Amino acid sequence: MDFPILLTILLAPVAAALIMVFVPKEEHMLHKSIAAVGTFVSLALSLFVYFTYNKEIGGLQFVFGHDLPWIKDLGVTFFLAADGISLPMLLLTNLIGFSAVFASWNINNRPREFFILLMLLITGVMGTFIAHDLFIFLLFYEVVVIPIYIMVVIWGSSKRVTKEYAGMKLTIYLLIGSAFLLAGVIALFVKTTALAGVPDMSFTGMAQVAQQLSRFDQIWLFALMLIGFGSLISMWPFHSWSPDGYAGAPTAVSMIHAGVLKKIGGYGLVKIAVYMLPVGASFWAPYMAVLGIIGVAYAAMGALAQKDLKYVVGYSSVSHMGYVILAVACLDVIGLNGAVANMFAHGVMAALFFSMIGFIYEKTHTRWIPDMGGLARQTPRLAVGFMMAAMASLGLPGLVSFIPEFTIFISGFNNFGGLAVIGIAGIIITALYVLRAGANTLFGPPRPEYNHLEDIRGPELVPLVVLGTVLVVGGFLPSLLFDMINSGVVPLHAAISDALQIGGKL
Amino acid sequence: MLVEFAMQHAWLVPLLPACAFVVIVFLTRPWQKLSAIVAVGSMAMSCVIATLAAYGIFTNHEYIEKPLVYATRWFSLGLPGMPDLLVEVGVQLDPVSAMMMFMVSFIATFIYLYSIGYMEGEEGFSVFFSYLSLFGASMLLLVISSNLLQMFIAWELVGLCSYLLIGFYTHKVSAREAAKKAFVTCRIADFGLLLGLLSLQIIFGTLNLVELSDKIAHFEEYTTFGMITLIAVLVFIGPIGKSGQFPLHVWLPDAMEGPTPVSALIHAATMVVAGVYLVARTMFLFHEVPSAMQLVAVTGGFTAFFAATIAITQREIKRILAYSTVSQIGYMMLALGVGSLSAGLFHMWTHAFFKALMFLGAGSVLHALHHKADVWEMGGLVKKMPITAWTFVVGGLAIAGIPPFAGFWSKDEILVAALGGGHYVLFALAAFTAFLTAFYMWRMIFLAFFGEENPENHPHESPWVMTLPLVVLAAGAISVGWLGTPWHNIWGEWIRFGHPHHGPINYGAMIGSIVLAAAGIYLAYTLYLKDAKKKRARRMAEWFGPVYRMLYNKYYIDELYLWFNHALVDGTARLFYLFDIYVVDGIVNGIGAFARFSGDGLRVFQSGRLQNYVLVFFLGVLAVAVLMAFSGPSATSLLLGGVK
Amino acid sequence: MPEISLTHYVVLSALLFSIGLFGVLTKRNAVAVLICIELMLNAVNINLVAFSKYITPADFIGQIFSIFVITVAAAEVGVGLAIIIAIYRNRLSVNLDDFDWLKW
Repeated sequence: MDFPILLTILLAPVAAALIMVFVPKEEHMLHKSIAAVGTFVSLALSLFVYFTYNKEIGGLQFVFGHDLPWIKDLGVTFFLAADGISLPMLLLTNLIGFSAVFASWNINNRPREFFILLMLLITGVMGTFIAHDLFIFLLFYEVVVIPIYIMVVIWGSSKRVTKEYAGMKLTIYLLIGSAFLLAGVIALFVKTTALAGVPDMSFTGMAQVAQQLSRFDQIWLFALMLIGFGSLISMWPFHSWSPDGYAGAPTAVSMIHAGVLKKIGGYGLVKIAVYMLPVGASFWAPYMAVLGIIGVAYAAMGALAQKDLKYVVGYSSVSHMGYVILAVACLDVIGLNGAVANMFAHGVMAALFFSMIGFIYEKTHTRWIPDMGGLARQTPRLAVGFMMAAMASLGLPGLVSFIPEFTIFISGFNNFGGLAVIGIAGIIITALYVLRAGANTLFGPPRPEYNHLEDIRGPELVPLVVLGTVLVVGGFLPSLLFDMINSGVVPLHAAISDALQIGGKL
Repeated sequence: MLVEFAMQHAWLVPLLPACAFVVIVFLTRPWQKLSAIVAVGSMAMSCVIATLAAYGIFTNHEYIEKPLVYATRWFSLGLPGMPDLLVEVGVQLDPVSAMMMFMVSFIATFIYLYSIGYMEGEEGFSVFFSYLSLFGASMLLLVISSNLLQMFIAWELVGLCSYLLIGFYTHKVSAREAAKKAFVTCRIADFGLLLGLLSLQIIFGTLNLVELSDKIAHFEEYTTFGMITLIAVLVFIGPIGKSGQFPLHVWLPDAMEGPTPVSALIHAATMVVAGVYLVARTMFLFHEVPSAMQLVAVTGGFTAFFAATIAITQREIKRILAYSTVSQIGYMMLALGVGSLSAGLFHMWTHAFFKALMFLGAGSVLHALHHKADVWEMGGLVKKMPITAWTFVVGGLAIAGIPPFAGFWSKDEILVAALGGGHYVLFALAAFTAFLTAFYMWRMIFLAFFGEENPENHPHESPWVMTLPLVVLAAGAISVGWLGTPWHNIWGEWIRFGHPHHGPINYGAMIGSIVLAAAGIYLAYTLYLKDAKKKRARRMAEWFGPVYRMLYNKYYIDELYLWFNHALVDGTARLFYLFDIYVVDGIVNGIGAFARFSGDGLRVFQSGRLQNYVLVFFLGVLAVAVLMAFSGPSATSLLLGGVK
Repeated sequence: MPEISLTHYVVLSALLFSIGLFGVLTKRNAVAVLICIELMLNAVNINLVAFSKYITPADFIGQIFSIFVITVAAAEVGVGLAIIIAIYRNRLSVNLDDFDWLKW
């Protein structure tokens, strides 16, 4: 058996957390270093996996534990595997996880607990992306929710809403979402087991059976999953947790949440809901597209009215996820590619944005845009990071988010015509609010009260360097991203189009 | 050999400044002079390569019809054999792009050089050069692009550089607002362009220029006439924004907040004419749709006139130049719209020289007067700054259209093209605009450089790094028009769409345009130089009070947009936000509140007294037992569910 | 004198259970409630053993089960008493009416 590399990636942060348990809690620096090492191991290995994955062959690689029964009677195995869709997400998680450790470098309130929870959070998110078993997927998803609540409530900040409210809203919303999801999965399990005779929870095994479910079953099962994954990806109108939650959460949680956790919704939509229930997907696709487009325009307008930096980015991430939903609804190769790629791009960009806002807040003790101005003079590196994120947010070519958006536009315009134009018009409003936030924060006359501010330096630079590099490299070499995603999307699309031709007959 | 190398490696032309950008940002930033040398050096090398490549193109007539194209896959989606979407990056060299490549790199080199003097001692000197290098790279990438997506990317990148450079003085609120305005206005236009590109990609399955031009020639096989018209109009929205055409011209005058070399390079010579270049590149599309051509022509003609009227009343030297740029680009669009790609690009070519020259001259003045921009407060500068003043006069003669200066030949070409195409209204508009142009330009020249000196000013001539570019560009402003004289039109032979046009030489138009230009200059002379007290000018402003105020306030278009933005966009945004927190979030919180209220209701039953609980529990058991005793097995199984 | 049949045992058990239940429901003293719970448990034990003896005399399932019940009851009483003592130390009362803080 090969070296279980995915398992190592998964467990490296857990190992770091375990070590931290035994380190005295006063050793702040040591805790931070351990967390950094743990996430770095995962990052390095996932980079290795990303670049050694054989894109010509495609399919599942680095398989682990497909013969490792977890719950035999339910057909659950501890099945970890990577394909072209999960690898970008895994890499994204580790990029952001690693950066998040450094974005939280200045936390001095109970750092041990903070970093242990952060490690668990990262592990949970990674687990959802490499699990190839529906049960394991859900398990890791639930692992994610709890640390977030604790982290928001203890290390969060209260602005428009209290951090307790924010944490509660975030957690309960996600749990309600996952309840729908769970109901859908259980029903799916019952139906497929009845059809196949043998229980099998692995994605591929289940999909082969599920794709043959009757049209009616697929439609209502997909609806349940759409609500579940939809509230996770902040699909309109299930989005209202997102701005409040991000505003209340500490920087690292906002980064991971907006960067990757949200993407579990999109990932699940593509790899579970659409893959397993193509007939249901094609039934709901127009509705999804409408919801996605509403989300784009609506959240962009919402962001325009914000004066709190984190709310701006919070609404903006809802808006960007609208594109992902639109792209999934297209159900073609270009759209699915665009959906996954846009999730990656938005993850990098949102994480960079939140880390920069976190630093601004740490230094100025405010996020209220009218209270700021001229920071570009006092903290130029911070300004560079902020502007890079802002430019990526408005889809500037040359940064990673442009090509994904372009592919989504092609596919959306092709499939939904005039409707998609409303979504595409979102780029104008995005430019408006992003530039307004950037201009009012960074430019204009410097304020004397911020003259003493120190620019980000040392470890604080890590998020900017890591995520900024990805932004630029991904922008100029989109094939690095798209060849990978394409190798996962093409077989998936082939499977669903086959299923659409013969499926839904039972 | 060298020429061959340059042609095969034309991608080096944008790559070198891009490397300079990286080098300056990461390595040489602390050393100002070194950064400047890197920037200027790389651009000069690009210029050499571009010149060689252009030489190669202009010595072989084949390239007119069959451009030299090489491209490589950038990314593709779908199966490798038959991708759903294939995007390439590549280089397309033909006379148009070779000319443009040479022009951009040549002018950029001298403007970079000029910047060394102009930016002397400014904070962020190295950063300025890094931005300039990035701009150079993006602009050259735009020029040599072999497909429209690549072009769009560069198009946006030059927009980014424009944004960064307009807002270069980050501490100034006006610069910040101008930068934002520029970006957002161009964004609105790019939205249209993007839709056009998406439609092209969807309908024709490619964005490569060569393939598109083949397919669009037979567009009936793919789509309808209505659709292709719509696409052409959408594509044209991009140039409207980028090239500052009415009604999206508002950003360009504000863009003068940036340092003057930026105005010269980006907002006069290169970036703003990217729109003209784009229309020229996609001429095969517009050519199919007469109504779109008509739109281009009318937009151009109207903008030319409209901006010229505003320029008459403006007081700041760079604003006058900015409106003149808008107006001149209108000429180029007009030329393209009436079907003469040759004349449009010819005017772009000459304009790049004389307008860059004038901007640099204005920069030299501002440099000397410590950024006092009002022409009414200048005067008599010719004595202290002879080189600046006389080169500026050359520029003024060129733009006014006095032979043998460059602007005359290109403007004449446009007028002839408009007349030849039977666009008499547009011709009249363009001719009248020529008169206005001469008038407002010379109004500025007389006010700033001649007449009495303003005793408050202590001007001095600029250093050689600034005057050398002035002299070089002045030489250009005199001579570059000779390429396209009506008697021997080399330009029209090489740079054209379709067959070269050989009409009879229209001496009437030629003489008419000279007369108009001379009249404009003479009017400016009588109003602003002969009449030392400028009484008549003031009286005229009073006579035409409302008109004057309307022109001075730029037809209140900025105010209209501002109102639209604040009242409508922000108001709607506010509405959406309130809806979000009160309705959508209200429902969410309502569900939470519902759970809490039901809890409040139900907690009555939770008395906390153990014995109550026991009693209820026991009664429950009893009830189940009774039910089981008195009904059959069916109820039992119902109660106990699946438990066996 | 008729032989003692299953019915007798069951009636005894029912009586015992009812007494216990009555005590649990009405007693105010927590210790008394615990004692009454013991009564109920023992009523169950009688049932178990009686049914075992009369219906399946061959195997000892009922007896074994009742031994388990006794063990668990002992443990339960131990825990219960400990809790009561702890409460008493805090509140100086073993009156169940005072113990209504099981609600929030």
